[in-house]
Amino acid sequence: MDRYAKQRAVGLAVRAATALVLAVMAVVIGVTLARGGRVLLADPAIAITPPGSRYMLEANGGFLHAMLGTAFIVGPATVVSMALAVSTAAYLQSDYSSERFSDAVNTFLNVLWGTPPIVYGVFVLTVVIAVGARTSLFFGIVAIAVFQYPIMTRYTDEALRSAPDTVREATYGLGATRFESAVVTARAALPGIVAGLIMGFARGVGDAATVLFTAGRSTRMPRGLFEPATTLPVLIFDQATSFNAEVRSHAYAASFVLIVIVLGLILASKLLAGRYARFAPGGRNS
Amino acid sequence: MSENSVGGSRSDGTDPSEGTETTGRLSRRLAVERLSSYWLGGAGYFAIGLFVFIVAVLTYQSIPILAAYPLSELLLSSNWDPAANEFGFLPAIVGTLYVAALSMAMGAPIAVLVAVYVAEYATGRTKTLVSTFIDVLAAIPSVIFGLVALVVVVPFVGNHLAPAVGADTTGLGILTVSLVMAIVVTPFMISLSVESLEAIPDELRESSLGVGATRWETVRSVLLRAAGPGIFSAVLLGFGRVFGATIVPAMLIGGQTQLPDSVFSTGQTLPTLIVNDFGELMSLPLTQSALIFVGLLLVVVVWLFNFGAALVRRRLQRRWQY
Repeated sequence: MDRYAKQRAVGLAVRAATALVLAVMAVVIGVTLARGGRVLLADPAIAITPPGSRYMLEANGGFLHAMLGTAFIVGPATVVSMALAVSTAAYLQSDYSSERFSDAVNTFLNVLWGTPPIVYGVFVLTVVIAVGARTSLFFGIVAIAVFQYPIMTRYTDEALRSAPDTVREATYGLGATRFESAVVTARAALPGIVAGLIMGFARGVGDAATVLFTAGRSTRMPRGLFEPATTLPVLIFDQATSFNAEVRSHAYAASFVLIVIVLGLILASKLLAGRYARFAPGGRNS
Repeated sequence: MSENSVGGSRSDGTDPSEGTETTGRLSRRLAVERLSSYWLGGAGYFAIGLFVFIVAVLTYQSIPILAAYPLSELLLSSNWDPAANEFGFLPAIVGTLYVAALSMAMGAPIAVLVAVYVAEYATGRTKTLVSTFIDVLAAIPSVIFGLVALVVVVPFVGNHLAPAVGADTTGLGILTVSLVMAIVVTPFMISLSVESLEAIPDELRESSLGVGATRWETVRSVLLRAAGPGIFSAVLLGFGRVFGATIVPAMLIGGQTQLPDSVFSTGQTLPTLIVNDFGELMSLPLTQSALIFVGLLLVVVVWLFNFGAALVRRRLQRRWQY
């Protein structure tokens, strides 16, 4: 095989590998949408019906409790961890910290970023046992917030880093304080920060291992901050291993909802990032 | 916890601080500046504090099991029966390594090929489209991969692959988990590898093509070498990610605590050990401690992988200089 034939062969191989990965994606999304769509079309009400008293055994009622639980857990968690993530990233990027210290913080953030979600679940559960509480919506929020924090910090940090240096130099040149300069830089990085917020939210919505032990795995409607709750991924995990075929079919309906939420969020983050870029100083079209 | 204490200091920000004689707006701006620097500094320490707190809590809670059994017995005994106070993690450790190695063997080559395609071959619209789809694949919740695998991969392995090589299985087992985990972790490795390929300066490509190398020769002897450290650490990070994966193994591995004897056998990974024995976690203090110790083990291993990835990157960067 001469070198040009080899080059063609490699070109073919990389294209084949890419096609394989994209085909796998199509299969995963296609199977979820087709199977879930069939169940949901037959009975769309199950997504907005509260579960019956023996829901996991007899599939009476629907999974509204998991939909509400997801919203009540991931929403507040995203707000909390976004506030922390933006602050941490601003601290690392602006002139508040020495380079050495921000290197150290980055190392710890990377470790946190790679830490398996189940560890956060076990950690929060350990705290729950230590303070003598029981698993509830509140600890689900804590676990998801801790899980999202390193992800969002990474996105925000990247966004702030990509903001042009001229923005910061200009603000300092006008006599701004460090804080005022950080605010202007954050505005220049807004598209990336918004995209990071949405991606963090999507990761939080889709994660099961952190809330598995911390939110209580309840099969009833969430009734309060310190009452057990559940989220869609945990529900799907529980339904998938059920002996009742109807409960298993509900798992596909729930995963239809979940995948539509996640795909919608990704689409929204791409669109919003493009739209914001026009208005940010130093943005794409300014 | 610590958020609250830091949050308190920010709410003081509205009070003009006493002591500054400077009048009007400047003093207010300086007060905001000082208070914001406390808040942001606190946020910086929060990252370190969170990690230290997690490790401290997990370590403290695993002291009972470490006091009751020597570490070597915990790691090397293959008897796992919490009810009879037998805590051997070996089956789960072997299962985890098995799954991680197999899924890396399947996922890493594909990931490198796709990364080369995205970074070097694809252009314009195609490139945006392909990388968007890879982002989408990376964002799909793992529980959905598990669910789809139950109807696609499990029957395939159980009815076609296993009979073809003469093995007998229901389809649940190490191989199924590795296959699905390879799919889960490949997009993650792709995007890290693409990042390090795209960081290579264009002069390298140009000079290699300029002296007459074909595109493949450029990729092989220049680009993969220059991006080698980044790609290697991407694979290490992917390894760490498979190590800590919970939901997919819990759904597909079959959940029997035994030393796996073939790729088709059922088994247990460290995270599924935690998931499956959750029910007993509350009641028996020693079991609780043992499972928290598993959590600690996961943190330490992932920490080692991250640290190793950073070290390798620095080492190889010095050796493969351009």
